[in-house]
Amino acid sequence: MRNTLKQTASGSEYRINYRSVIKKDFKLNKSLYLLMLPVLAYYIIWHYVPMYGALIAFKNFTPRLGTWGSPWVGFKHFIDFFSSPSFGEVLFNTLRISLTTLIFSFPMPIILALLLNELKSARFSKLVQNATYLPHFISLVVICGMVKDFTRDTGIVSYLLSFFGVEPITMLNYPEYFVPIYVISGIWQSVGWESIIFLAALTGIDGSLYEAATIDGAGRWKQTWHITLPGILPTIITMLILRIGGILNVGYEKIILLYNDATLEVADVISTYVYRKGLLEQSWSFSTAVNMFNSVINLLFLCSANFISRKVNDTALW
Amino acid sequence: MKIKVSKPQQVFNICNIIFMLVLALVMIYPVWYVLCASFSDGNRLVAHTGLLLVPDGFSLAAYEGVFKNSMIVKGYANTVIIVVSGVLVNMVLTSIAAYCLSQKNVFWSGILMRFITITMFISGGLIPLYLLNTRALHLTNSYLALILPTAINTYNFIIMRTSFSSVPDSLLESARLDGASHIQVLFKIVIPLSKSIMAVMVLYYAVGHWNSWFPASIYIKERTLFPLQLILREILIQNDTFSMGQDAMATDQYSIGETIKYAIIVVATVPILCVYPFLQRYFTKGVLVGAVKG
Repeated sequence: MRNTLKQTASGSEYRINYRSVIKKDFKLNKSLYLLMLPVLAYYIIWHYVPMYGALIAFKNFTPRLGTWGSPWVGFKHFIDFFSSPSFGEVLFNTLRISLTTLIFSFPMPIILALLLNELKSARFSKLVQNATYLPHFISLVVICGMVKDFTRDTGIVSYLLSFFGVEPITMLNYPEYFVPIYVISGIWQSVGWESIIFLAALTGIDGSLYEAATIDGAGRWKQTWHITLPGILPTIITMLILRIGGILNVGYEKIILLYNDATLEVADVISTYVYRKGLLEQSWSFSTAVNMFNSVINLLFLCSANFISRKVNDTALW
Repeated sequence: MKIKVSKPQQVFNICNIIFMLVLALVMIYPVWYVLCASFSDGNRLVAHTGLLLVPDGFSLAAYEGVFKNSMIVKGYANTVIIVVSGVLVNMVLTSIAAYCLSQKNVFWSGILMRFITITMFISGGLIPLYLLNTRALHLTNSYLALILPTAINTYNFIIMRTSFSSVPDSLLESARLDGASHIQVLFKIVIPLSKSIMAVMVLYYAVGHWNSWFPASIYIKERTLFPLQLILREILIQNDTFSMGQDAMATDQYSIGETIKYAIIVVATVPILCVYPFLQRYFTKGVLVGAVKG
C-alpha cells in the first residue's frame, strides 16, 4: 500500500493526503472495482458470512430464531464437549491419525524426489513420475471402493499378505487395521503428486555446486547430504509448517467413506464427529463449537510453527 | 572424457532403477486390476483368487449392465451438467479476480488480497456453511449448492494471478489507451496470452467437480439429481454390507454383480484418464509451486 502511495507521489516528499489519493484511485480504477464486485460478493457470502455464522457456537441455535436471534449461552457447548467422554477419544484418534500420517507419509515424497533425481535417464524418470501422479486424479469414492475391495478376505491385499502367514480377513472390520489402511492408501494416492514441489526445488539447485563438490572429491552420498538436502530445506520446512498447522485437521471425506461401526472407536476424528453431531444429529451449535475449537488449535499450531521456523531457520510462510 | 562411476555407485543406480520400476507397477497395478476385473467373466472372477494379470475369461456383460442401469446413466448426465456449468462459473470468476488483483497501481489491491487469502486459514466451518446454503439460500436439491460455494479456489486464484502478472504492462496500458475496457483487455489480451495456465485451471476445476461427492451428499436429496459419485458411493461403499444379488436388486434397483462394480469404476474414471495425457504436459512446469509459496 505504501508503495502505491509513493509511486503516485512521484518520489518527492510531502504529506500524503489519503482522501485525495483514494478519490483519485477510485476515479481511475472505478471499472476495475466494479468488475471485482462479484468476486467480493462470493468471498463475503461463502466465506465471511459462515465466519459470522460460527457465532452460533456461543448460542443455542434454533432455525426459527436464526443466527442473531438465538439466545446466548456463552461457553456452554465448549464445556459440554470438554467434559464429554467423546472429547478425549476423538482428540486422541485425530492425533494418532495425523501423527502417523506425518511420520510415515511426509518423508515419502521427499525420498521419491531424491531418488527420481538420481535417475540418469530423463525419459524413464518422466515415466515413473507420470505413473505416480495417476492415483491423485482418481476420485476418493473410487479409491475407497478399491481399498474396501482389495482388503476384503478375498481381496488381493489379503491374498498377498497370506504369503506372510496373515489370516485372510476383511481388514476394514478390525480397528487395528484402520489406521495403517488409511495411511498407506493415502501415501499411494498422494506421494507422486506431493513430490512435484520437491522436484521443482531440486531443479532450482545451482549445478556448479555439484561440480565444485566433485572436484573436491565428495561422493554422491556426501553431495546429497551437503548440497541437495540443504538446497531443498526451505521447501521441506514450508511444507512441514503447513502440515503442522493442519495437525488436528484430519479430513472427514475419506474417513466417512472407510469407517463403519466396528472401527468407529479408532476412526472417529474431530471432523467426522462434527459431521455426525451437526449434520446427522442436528446439534448445530454444539458441533460448531467443536469445529471452532479445532480451528483455533490449528491456527495456534500454524502460527507457532511459523514463528519457530522463522527464528530457527529464517524460513516462514509470512 | 568418460566419467568414472564407482562400484557402490553403480550398485545404487541399478537398485534405484529396480525400485522405481516396482514403484511404478505398484502405482499402476490397482488400476490395471480393476480394468481386467471389469472385462472378466463374472462367475470365474468370483472363484478367482490372487493377482489378475489379464481378464479371467472375457465378457462385456458388466458394461451392458452399467449402461442399462438408468440411475448410472442419469448420474453420468448429471455429473456432466455440473462439471460444465461449474467450470464455467469457476473460470469466469477466478480470471476476473486474478485480472483485477494482478493490476499495478491499484490502491485497494493489497487489502483485497489479504481479504481473500485470509480465507485460506480461517473458515466458519462445515455447519455454518451448511445452514447458510440450506436455510438462508434454500439451495437444497439445487446444483447451485455444488457450484457457487466453491466458485473460486483460492490456490487456483493465486496461481492464475501469478501468471497474469507476467503479462507485460505496456501491452495492457496501450490497449487501455486505445479505449479497450477491462473486460476486453482480459478476454482479448490477457487470457489468450495465458492459454496454458487457463488449460491447467480448466482441468483442475473439472477434475475437482467430477470427483466431488461430499457436498452432493449433504445438499442433494432427490435421487434423480444424484451425480455419478453418489451413485458410485452407494454401489461401492454402502451396499457392501447388504447381501449382494437379488435382495439388493429388489430394494435398490441396482444389480450389483462383482464385475459390475469394477465396470462402473472404469466408466467413472475413464474421462479422467482421457484428460490425463493433456494434464501431463503441465505437471513439471511447477504450476503448483506458486500456490504454496503464495
